Amino acid sequence: MMLSKGLKRKREEEEEEEPEKEALAVDTWWLDPRLPAVAQAPPAVPSNSLLDLSVLKLHHSLRQSEPDLRHLVLLVNTLRRIQASMEPEATLPSVPSPPEAPGVAADSLLASSDAALSASMASLLEDLSHIEGLSQAPQPLVDEGPPGRPSGGAPPGLGALDLLGPATGCLLDDELKGLFEDIDTSMYDSELWAPASEGLKPGPEDGPGKEEGLELDEAQLDYLLDVLVGTQALERPPGPGR
Amino acid sequence: MELKTTRADIISTVEFNHTGELLATGDKGGRVVIFQREQESKNQVHRRGEYNVYSTFQSHEPEFDYLKSLEIEEKINKIRWLPQQNAAYFLLSTNDKTVKLWKVSERDKRPEGYNLKDEEGRLRDPATITTLRVPVLRPMDLMVEATPRRVFANAHTYHINSISVNSDYETYMSADDLRINLWNFEITNQSFNIVDIKPANMEELTEVITAAEFHPHHCNTFVYSSSKGTIRLCDMRASALCDRHTKFFEEPEDPSNRSFFSEIISSISDVKFSHSGRYIMTRDYLTVKVWDLNMENRPIETYQVHDYLRSKLCSLYENDCIFDKFECVWNGSDSVIMTGSYNNFFRMFDRNTKRDVTLEASRENSKPRAILKPRKVCVGGKRRKDEISVDSLDFSKKILHTAWHPSENIIAVAATNNLYIFQDKVN
Repeated sequence: MMLSKGLKRKREEEEEEEPEKEALAVDTWWLDPRLPAVAQAPPAVPSNSLLDLSVLKLHHSLRQSEPDLRHLVLLVNTLRRIQASMEPEATLPSVPSPPEAPGVAADSLLASSDAALSASMASLLEDLSHIEGLSQAPQPLVDEGPPGRPSGGAPPGLGALDLLGPATGCLLDDELKGLFEDIDTSMYDSELWAPASEGLKPGPEDGPGKEEGLELDEAQLDYLLDVLVGTQALERPPGPGR
Repeated sequence: MELKTTRADIISTVEFNHTGELLATGDKGGRVVIFQREQESKNQVHRRGEYNVYSTFQSHEPEFDYLKSLEIEEKINKIRWLPQQNAAYFLLSTNDKTVKLWKVSERDKRPEGYNLKDEEGRLRDPATITTLRVPVLRPMDLMVEATPRRVFANAHTYHINSISVNSDYETYMSADDLRINLWNFEITNQSFNIVDIKPANMEELTEVITAAEFHPHHCNTFVYSSSKGTIRLCDMRASALCDRHTKFFEEPEDPSNRSFFSEIISSISDVKFSHSGRYIMTRDYLTVKVWDLNMENRPIETYQVHDYLRSKLCSLYENDCIFDKFECVWNGSDSVIMTGSYNNFFRMFDRNTKRDVTLEASRENSKPRAILKPRKVCVGGKRRKDEISVDSLDFSKKILHTAWHPSENIIAVAATNNLYIFQDKVN
C-alpha cells in the first residue's frame, strides 16, 4: 500500500513538472522550423513532412479495394491547401534543369512532385468516374415517372467511358502505378515538365522507357551508343541563362 | 447496468424503436441484435425494466461485386425502425449498398390437430381418416422470427451513409456520398433520385454528402449535411430534383482557428432533427451545434465536445482519428443532447442549464446498478486525483454510436463491441 502511494505521488510530481513540455512536443513537431514557434497560431507554411504524410495517406486510401470517397475528398482538399501555401517556394525554377546543386534539386523535386501530384489527383478523381461508369451497366429498371429522375442516372457518355477503360476493376492499380512512376522518376522524366522542358527534350540521357526513344534517328542512336560505351563525354544541354 | 454482446463484433449502429420497448444494434458482421425491455411487474419493482435479447438475425452477408472485383462489406451502417402498425415490428437495416426491410414477429401459438398430418407432421393415409376435427391453437414457447420482407438493391454506386423513414410512413430515403434516393416501401425495383451532387467531371469533386434525415412531421422536407460543414434543407414540393436547396446552413469560419485541418474538422458526421422539428443538431469533429431552422447564418448553440484535441490535430491526422464519425442524439424532450468521444467517454449537454457532464462506459469503472461518476480531462498543469490527462486518452476506444430512449432517461452506448445501457436511478 505504502509503495503504491509513493509511486502515485511520484508520477503526479512528474506530471506537474512536465505537462507543458509534453503538450508543446505534440503541437509543434510539424511546424516549419524557420517560423517562430507559436504553439497556437496556424503555420503559414507546412513542413515537407506534412506534405509527405498527406501524400502517403492518399496513396494508402487509393490502395483500398473501394476507397472511401469522403476520406479521399477530404485528403485531396487538404493536400490542395498545403500545396497552395507552398506555391511561392515551388515556382522558383520555372525550367528545372538536371540538378546541379542540392538546393536546386530539392526545389525542382518539390515543383515536379507538386505538378505530378496535381495531375495525379485530377486523374484519380476522373478514374473514380470510370469505375462508376463500369458499375452502371447492371442497373435494373429505371424510374420513368415524371417526378424525380431515374435512380443512378447513367451519364450520356457512358458507352464511351466503358470502351476507354479496361474491363476489370484494376483501373486504380494502374493509376497507382502511374503515380509512383511519376514521383519516382520525376527528376528524369521530362514529360511531367512538358510546358517548360523544351531544353531537356533532346537530352541524350533519357531512359529507355520513353516514347521519344522510338523516334530517335540514327545519329542520336549512335550518340547514345557511344555514350554507353563511354567513348564520348556526356554533353549537357544548355540550360536557361547560360 | 450493462449488457455485453456474446460475439466480438464491433457495434456499428444503435437505435431505439418509437416506443422505446425495443433496442436494435447492428454490427460489423452484418448481424442485428434486438433487445426488448422487460415488462415491469409489481413483484419486482426494483428491476426497472431491463433489456434482454429478443431476437438475433443475420441481416446482411458479405457480397462480391463481380464487375468491379470488389467485396461489399456486410457491416450494418444504419438501422431505422418503422412506427408500429400491428403486432409485428418492422425495421430497415442497411450496409454500404443494400437496404432491407425486416419483419420481426412473435409466434406463441401453434396449430394442433391437423386432419391430414399427424403430430409429427407426417402425412396420414386419407383412407385411415374416419373423423374430422377443427385444428386448435395451443400455446407454445415464444419464438421470435425475423423475415426479410423487402430488399432494396442496386440503387447506390457509392456507400450508403444514412436512411430515414418519412413521416408519411410510405416512403423512406437512402443517402450515399453523392446521391439521395427516395423509395416507396412497396416498390423495390425503382427509386426516385432526389439529390445528385456528382459533378460532370469527377476532377471537380470537392464535397460529399455525409448524412441525411427527413423532417419528423413535414413529409416533404429533409436535410442533408456535407463534408464541408454545410447543411441543406430541401423541399420536395419545390421541384422533383432537389439539387437546389430551400435553405443553406453554414457558419462562417473562425479565422483565428484556421489550419490545414479546418475542413476536415468541419466535416459534419451526423445531423438530427429535434423531436419538435424546430431545430437540427450537427456533429463535427470537435463540436455539436444546434441550429434553428429559421436562422441559416450560424448555429444558435455550440457545445465543445473535446476542445483539448484542437492542439493535437496533427497527431490525430497522422493516426486517422481526425476522420472518425461521431453521432449525436436528442433526448425525448429536446432538452439534453448527447454525443461520444474517446477513451470510452461520452458527453451530455443540458441546453437549458448549460451544464455538461462527461461519463465513461467501461466495465472497470462501473458495476451493475452503480452510479456513473463524472469524468474530467485535464488539459495542462496540475492533474487532480480523478482526472485523466489528454495524453493518456485511449484513442482506440471511441464512442461513435449512442441512442436515447424516446421518452425516458434511458441511454444506450456502444463502446466498440460492448453495449452499455444506462438508466436514471430509481428513488
